[in-house]
Amino acid sequence: MYSWLILSSLAKIVGILFVVILPMVSYTVYAERRVSAFIQDRPGPNRVGPAGLLQPIADVVKLLIKEDFTPAGVNTFYYWLAPCLAMMPSIITIAVVPFGSTLFDVPMVIADVNIGILWVFAIGSLGVYGIVIGGWASNSKYPFLGGVRSSSQMISYELSLGLAVIPIFMLVGKLRLTDVVRYQIDHGWFIAPFIGDWANPVKWLLAIPMLISFFVFMVAMFAETNRLPFDLPEAEQELAGGYHTEYSSMKFALFFLGEYTAMIAGSAVMVTLFLGGWHFPGIPDGSHGWIFGLTNIVVFFAKVTALLFFFIWVRWTLPRFRYDQLMRLGWLFFFELALVNIFLVAGILACFHV
Amino acid sequence: MARDYLPLLLQIVVAIIFAASALGVSVLVGRTGKRTRAKDMAYECGMIPQGEVQPRFSVKFYLVAMLFILFDLEIVFMYPWAVVYKEQIAHGSTIFWSMLSFIAILMVGYVYALKKGALNWQK
Repeated sequence: MYSWLILSSLAKIVGILFVVILPMVSYTVYAERRVSAFIQDRPGPNRVGPAGLLQPIADVVKLLIKEDFTPAGVNTFYYWLAPCLAMMPSIITIAVVPFGSTLFDVPMVIADVNIGILWVFAIGSLGVYGIVIGGWASNSKYPFLGGVRSSSQMISYELSLGLAVIPIFMLVGKLRLTDVVRYQIDHGWFIAPFIGDWANPVKWLLAIPMLISFFVFMVAMFAETNRLPFDLPEAEQELAGGYHTEYSSMKFALFFLGEYTAMIAGSAVMVTLFLGGWHFPGIPDGSHGWIFGLTNIVVFFAKVTALLFFFIWVRWTLPRFRYDQLMRLGWLFFFELALVNIFLVAGILACFHV
Repeated sequence: MARDYLPLLLQIVVAIIFAASALGVSVLVGRTGKRTRAKDMAYECGMIPQGEVQPRFSVKFYLVAMLFILFDLEIVFMYPWAVVYKEQIAHGSTIFWSMLSFIAILMVGYVYALKKGALNWQK
């Protein structure tokens, strides 16, 4: 009984990790460099393979055969532990996100647990340990400052992140992420009231707090993944690279793998919560044939890719915040906005009994 | 119940194996160079490191961490409330006012922290 479960989940885990996530990470790095070059009107990496498409493979080989150097002053055990801790949480988070409907009657989610979103936050918030321990164990000034900054930045924005999703679970009534997707298939995507029964006026009213939620969640996600405009933990101009200054070779690569996997995991959660998950109007789910099951998976990752492009676009558009502005924005603006938003949804539900 | 959580355990094991093997392969394949004194130094943009290794930093970071624990607990209380809200609101508005009063009490503490300047980073 358990052997089938173990085999099918192992197949899904290995498939998702090695066929989807890792290539996606390396090509997000490539896309980041190409898109930034495009935005700044220069060619970017275009020499390795056609249009530079083999660049990520060359990068991986380069990082693997680099000298694996451990400086003398570091705290060796934690210095080695930190890159692993930075990378693992984002990979583990992906387990509860439904990335497709069904394929050959196998549900396309690694673990369909009833605590869904709590698992995402519980594991996702462990990501801060990798950065703080890395910064502290390096025994150097820049990494230390980067680690301290990132710890208080990430925990501050976790408040808004947690508050922003509560309106969704007030509507859905369950914490399981597949139920969130199913609700959106029946009632339309949360931030797109024109999908599904668009003639319902309460749905249009509810779209206002949902858009606020989406905005708060997105900004908090930028801060959680240390992306510009909130990349103070690794601000190159002031911290020479921040928490990973003392790292080289594969340990450095693991930090970057962690950051980009966190971006992908964050986008996947955002797609599931607000953008209808694997659902697209007109495409039936996997019970109608394997071709539709496959299409659902493609639709899901297409949405994730669109959000990733948005991440890169924002990075090259907005300047970096100052630290006091960042904290004020998180604690005074987004925290209060998300809190008021919850009572807005509560009020609408109390008045209209949807 | 345990069936639901078994894949999560597998995912954790796979993540650990992946992280360990990535570091292991890099140790095996990577070349080793000479250790010199300059190479072993902490990096400070090419200057010789000065002063304490880990400088003093603002107590605000601790304050933020403590405030975070308080408010994060509050958010954890809101999840069960949110899940049952829709079916309870049909039986009367008690559930709405109870959470509003809970948040109002918490806001007293929030305003106090603000007035004390716990979140004012410009000082």
